[in-house]
Amino acid sequence: MTLHSKLLASTAALMIAGAGAAWADGHATHPETGEPLASEQSFSYSIIDDFPSIDPQLVEDVEGSSVARDLFEGLMVENAAGEAVPGVAESFEVSDDGMTYTFTLRENAVWSNGDPVVAGDFVYGLQRAADPETASPYSWYVEVMGVLNAAAVVAGEMPVEELGISAPDDRTVVYQIDAPRPYFPQMTTFPTTFPANRAAVEAGGEDYTSPENFVSNGAYVLSEYVPGEKLTRVRNEMYWDNENTIIDEVTALIINDSNQALTRYLAGELDLVMDVPAGQFPRLSEEYPDEALSFPSSCSYYYLINHTDSGNPALQNADVREALSLAIDRGVIVDNILAGGQKEAYTFTHWAVAGWETPDIDIANMTQEERNAKAQELIAGAGYGTDGEPLTVEILYNTSDSHRSIAVAIGQMWKQTLGVETELANQEWATYLDTRSEQNYQVARAGWCADYNEPSTYLDLFNSASSYNDGKFVNEEIDALLTEAKTAEDAMPIYQQIEQIASEETAILPIYHYASVRMKDENLANWPTENFLQNWYSKDLYITAGE
Amino acid sequence: MFAYIVRRLAIAVPTLLILVVFSFVLMFAAPGGPFDSERPLPPEVMANVLERYGLDQPYWKQMFDYVKNVVLYFDFGPSFQYRDRTVNDVIAQGFPVTLTYGAWSALVAVVVGVSLGVAAALRQNTWLDYLAVGITIGAQALPNFVMAPLLVLFFTLMPALYFGGPWLPGGGWNGGQWDHVIMPVIALSTSYMASIARITRSSMLETLNSNFIRTARAKGLPMRRVVWRHAMKPAMLPVISYVGVAVVGMITGSVVVDVAFSTGGIGQFFVNSAFNRDYAVIMGITVLVGALTILFNLVVDILYAWLDPKIRY
Amino acid sequence: MFGARQVDVLAELPDAPVKGRSLWQDARARFLRNKAAVLGLITLILMTVFAVFGGLIAQYEPDFVDFSLMGANAYRGVPSIETGHYFGVDQDGRDLYARVVQGTGISLLVGVVGSFVAVFIGTLYGAVSGYVGGRVDNIMMRTVDILLSIPFMFVLILMLVIFGQSLLMLFIGIGLISWLNMARIARGQTLTIKNKEFVEAAVASGVPTFTIILRHIVPNLAGIVIVYATLLIPEIILFESFVSYLGLGVQEPNTSLGALINLGARQMNNGTLWMLLFPLAFFLITLFAFFFVGDGLRDALDPKDR
Repeated sequence: MTLHSKLLASTAALMIAGAGAAWADGHATHPETGEPLASEQSFSYSIIDDFPSIDPQLVEDVEGSSVARDLFEGLMVENAAGEAVPGVAESFEVSDDGMTYTFTLRENAVWSNGDPVVAGDFVYGLQRAADPETASPYSWYVEVMGVLNAAAVVAGEMPVEELGISAPDDRTVVYQIDAPRPYFPQMTTFPTTFPANRAAVEAGGEDYTSPENFVSNGAYVLSEYVPGEKLTRVRNEMYWDNENTIIDEVTALIINDSNQALTRYLAGELDLVMDVPAGQFPRLSEEYPDEALSFPSSCSYYYLINHTDSGNPALQNADVREALSLAIDRGVIVDNILAGGQKEAYTFTHWAVAGWETPDIDIANMTQEERNAKAQELIAGAGYGTDGEPLTVEILYNTSDSHRSIAVAIGQMWKQTLGVETELANQEWATYLDTRSEQNYQVARAGWCADYNEPSTYLDLFNSASSYNDGKFVNEEIDALLTEAKTAEDAMPIYQQIEQIASEETAILPIYHYASVRMKDENLANWPTENFLQNWYSKDLYITAGE
Repeated sequence: MFAYIVRRLAIAVPTLLILVVFSFVLMFAAPGGPFDSERPLPPEVMANVLERYGLDQPYWKQMFDYVKNVVLYFDFGPSFQYRDRTVNDVIAQGFPVTLTYGAWSALVAVVVGVSLGVAAALRQNTWLDYLAVGITIGAQALPNFVMAPLLVLFFTLMPALYFGGPWLPGGGWNGGQWDHVIMPVIALSTSYMASIARITRSSMLETLNSNFIRTARAKGLPMRRVVWRHAMKPAMLPVISYVGVAVVGMITGSVVVDVAFSTGGIGQFFVNSAFNRDYAVIMGITVLVGALTILFNLVVDILYAWLDPKIRY
Repeated sequence: MFGARQVDVLAELPDAPVKGRSLWQDARARFLRNKAAVLGLITLILMTVFAVFGGLIAQYEPDFVDFSLMGANAYRGVPSIETGHYFGVDQDGRDLYARVVQGTGISLLVGVVGSFVAVFIGTLYGAVSGYVGGRVDNIMMRTVDILLSIPFMFVLILMLVIFGQSLLMLFIGIGLISWLNMARIARGQTLTIKNKEFVEAAVASGVPTFTIILRHIVPNLAGIVIVYATLLIPEIILFESFVSYLGLGVQEPNTSLGALINLGARQMNNGTLWMLLFPLAFFLITLFAFFFVGDGLRDALDPKDR
């Protein structure tokens, strides 16, 4: 960014902030709840890593998505509960075969430069995401949506115009998909599908995302981005629902060290900390009961077992695997190490997934003493452990304090309960991924986060053909059930059956289901704690006038 | 002298080339790539991404193109990790930050370190000397990743909790506003200050014991005059050579400062890019720091020649 | 990166520090007169004893986890004689005393071995370069100049990232960085030694070049090498702590003082300050001792103070 444009941007920010402040004073109470509002409607939050990209079509991480959702608006948006509600689209219709979606755009949607938002912008946006030229790391999302010809377009075998999205007129977007997907409208809340202003993209070139070039259609516009330090977005006066937007300015501060982020929060420099260090929640919720928050978050933490020949031969024995699983005292991990509202996991699918009922399996109902007793029995039966053949298992994990703590604890649990020795292998991220995907490990720490709110987002990993199946677990029955579930009317019982089989076979060692621990200023109101995928929109938040 | 400088600069070119080749070999040997994730990209997507960055080319061609672009266009290529930015952007944004607090740190380290060292030497074996030695060894041994959070604790958190407001902001850069610069400078300069003080002390002691100083003293010149006129210049020789190393060390060692104070400097980008296999950024920063190292070595040698009449090039 | 300070200090060293027994005896006497240095030496001996035998009085194995004292409950693991956790527990519920013993050992090992690697390579390289002389000398020294211009901190980070973190890699990496200065010093000394009578005698009686270097040159570099090594050790220990900070240090369940300090520093505001203070104290004391001994040795071997 040149100095000149920086000046321009900050002048704009000042003017807008000034206008916003006047507005807030005029409406000193919240239009719906009637709560008194603070005159300064701005907040800052911390994130750990810098954004790989804030261009919606290229966005690949959670925090970048949050920025994209503030700057842009898709056909649908999510409400506080995470349900899809109209965004730029006023309404949509689905054809009888469930394979054609017709969205009607609202008339008053405009870009931040004053251009109207037209259907063609959505077509261009999606084409841009799928285009091999753009080389978006998230182009696979267009394929996951099932947009017609997506795979061929991404592979460069068809021109982008063949993609199953069209604009018969300026206010109509038509999606053609390859199979009925009741989830489809929800998927249009995802940044990859957001509209793009062709003129701005082409004029901006490599600097498209700099504040002076970045034309957006959401409730905010980018005002300043200092890589490695902070990103600020301010109210977009052109936004169609600007009237109901309360927050004027949002700043994301990039703080690489979560302890420093917490310190700065406690010193009053931040209003929201996204990642509180593990194990701090009990202390913080005692000292700051109204500020420490914990809510389920859509990831599962587990230990992968390498089922191939390059793994530990002893782990080919299902009894040994079960013994290892039983001997993990998940209560200790959840209550002591993490202590932030995480839940013990005995099955893979996160307990809070919509409509999911965790199947009733034995291991979940035993006390830890019973589990330990059974584990000792199993390991002795298999001829390993204290009185049998010595067994050493290597645990691979990527560099991180909490992964280390968990690996150390599990190693000790295996040693103290089963007499199984462990070796810890700590690798930094890229090396760890490489080792894992080449099955050069015995047991590896892993985590998986939901793409959408349905059990198959987890269970597909048990598919022997899945490229995400790093343990190379193969079970024909599960493969068949997964195929069956795709077309079944009620897939839940099938999913439960899959979990049952995976548990009997100990395909993986589930450890816990994530929770997000945050510190949030009491006055920052309406944070969507019910949104399982942790998606939030600054336009829905507001700052109450606190003490 | 001029010929010497030209010769040294001529050596710099092959040195940087060796550095580039060496780093390239290390990077290609590294497991994992810049686009790995826990959720591997489908092959067709991976192919697009690799093509976009020319990573589908043979290694020698990548290296050749890289050197060509750097030499001809001064273009260090796009960043793989930060899709919206080029390496030039990353350096243009991060390097001034690092340079700002690095320069202040160097200044503080030299001024405080030399003063402390000279004071200790002049008062050898008094309480002042012992105190200075104790402080400097302690400061040299205290890792700056301990010092940085301690500073935040004392200047930000505790005042905020008990005295109504923080004395200094706990992080951020804010365009280099003075209150954002203080803690990074303290954290970065302390150990170098301590080293400089220790070097100054021992080198000053040695100079004061040398024959020409004894002669000067014997002639009845006042101590102050002896120190300033005669002892200072020779005593500074080892200090100068250390400062060259220290400045480069401050730039490379700035990762701790960048992480602790979220300054957005170049150290953090380097370490992150090494972890993320952001080859282009690794190369860009390595070449930059390599060039700086060469430059500072040269400056130090020139200063040396100027201070020490015995040295002729 | 390392040792620029030493280079200059050592540049002032005598041409031939070893002339016979009396010189060593002189040096020893001078060293023993330096109270700080003697105290440092005693501390180092005690530290080594602690690292080797300290584990005998530990009540717990260094990798034993007390599940009731880990994570969120670590604040209960306060230092206490009664519980046997003399230094309390670490964040993972392990006995901090046992871990400090282990960490001290590994930090000392990293320092000593790293410095040995540097000194070994540097001395041989410098001696060969200086003794052979001529074009070989020129090429070898230009190589050192070029290598000195490479930002090795960066290269070491790359190496650890790429080849995986292990003690061996750390030794190699640190040794690779530090030998350059040693090579320059050793070469300078060799130049003055090589014209001495005993070397000429050896040449005249047909001793092979390499044997001369090993038998006659290298032993005469001993004084300078010892001083350089003692000054290098604390720098390497410091450097290891930085590497630990980056998460590239020794592998669990092993630990080093740097790793322990780093973990303790992260818990600084959480009411478990002992996790930082105990390892930090041992770290500081060790470094103080090395600095004093190094200074003492340098003074003792420097004839100007005689």
